Amino acid sequence: MIETDEIDRKILRILVRDARKSSKAIGEDLGLSQPAVWRRIRRLKDSGVILGQRLRLDREKLGLGVMVFLGVKLAAKGRGSIESFERAVSAIPEVLSVEHVLGLYDYRLKVVARDIPDFERVLRRRIMTLPGAGQVEANVLLSEERKYGPL
Amino acid sequence: MLDDVDRRILRQFQAAPEMSVADLAERCSLTTASCWRRLEKLESSGAILGHEAVVDWQALGFGVEVSLRITLDKTQSSAFDDFLAKARDVPEVLEVQTFLGRVDVRLLVIARDMGHYQDVYRSQILSLPHIADIEALMHIARLKSDEVLPI
Repeated sequence: MIETDEIDRKILRILVRDARKSSKAIGEDLGLSQPAVWRRIRRLKDSGVILGQRLRLDREKLGLGVMVFLGVKLAAKGRGSIESFERAVSAIPEVLSVEHVLGLYDYRLKVVARDIPDFERVLRRRIMTLPGAGQVEANVLLSEERKYGPL
Repeated sequence: MLDDVDRRILRQFQAAPEMSVADLAERCSLTTASCWRRLEKLESSGAILGHEAVVDWQALGFGVEVSLRITLDKTQSSAFDDFLAKARDVPEVLEVQTFLGRVDVRLLVIARDMGHYQDVYRSQILSLPHIADIEALMHIARLKSDEVLPI
């Protein structure tokens, strides 16, 4: 963990909205010189606060109309079964994220599909056949808002 | 609609969002000018929404991440709207999602440590309107989070 001040957080607030904004333009917004902004961004990257950038796409416009969150419980919990489950689930292209959680389920998966029949195909052929997968609960996403957090 | 060239561009660009248009064009076997034109079109159609910096909240000192799965008291017709409007105002809430399934709403909450989480939970989450039930899943590890869409 590194110490960040108000200026670092202002820079982060700008970059989470537009990662391509130049340090010159950020400097103009915040009343700082371009090199000063550049140095701060460098430090945030080097210390791992900024992990990189991501392309934001509208999945519905790209024909992926369905997003489902799956809670998965493992049927058998040996070290071997956990590892083979994690490896196999992470390799499925329709699975966008895999989180190991503590609570009602062991894993939380985010799955995209073109439509409900396509989701059913992914569920039956890919998820249900995973090694060690037990009970699965599905919740279909209706709306999603992402916030920028306490910056 | 997307054609194969658009798909190729989006696949390559998702894999390396920091790439320049010239590099992207080369990887897709296109001229820089035609790649640029296609990107323009993808942006103006809203398929590409932008670039965002990915922030590691742990590196910023937010070590606790909890998924709260909330069931609302739906006997009141305004339950969803009231709840969402208030949940949006909690700075520690990173994601607000609504579902069709066993869970109505999910909030992703971050906190500095368990003490801070306890504080956010008691003073800001429990006071949100129309909550019938809450289940918590504590995040232990993220095994896959590239969020790359299978295009």
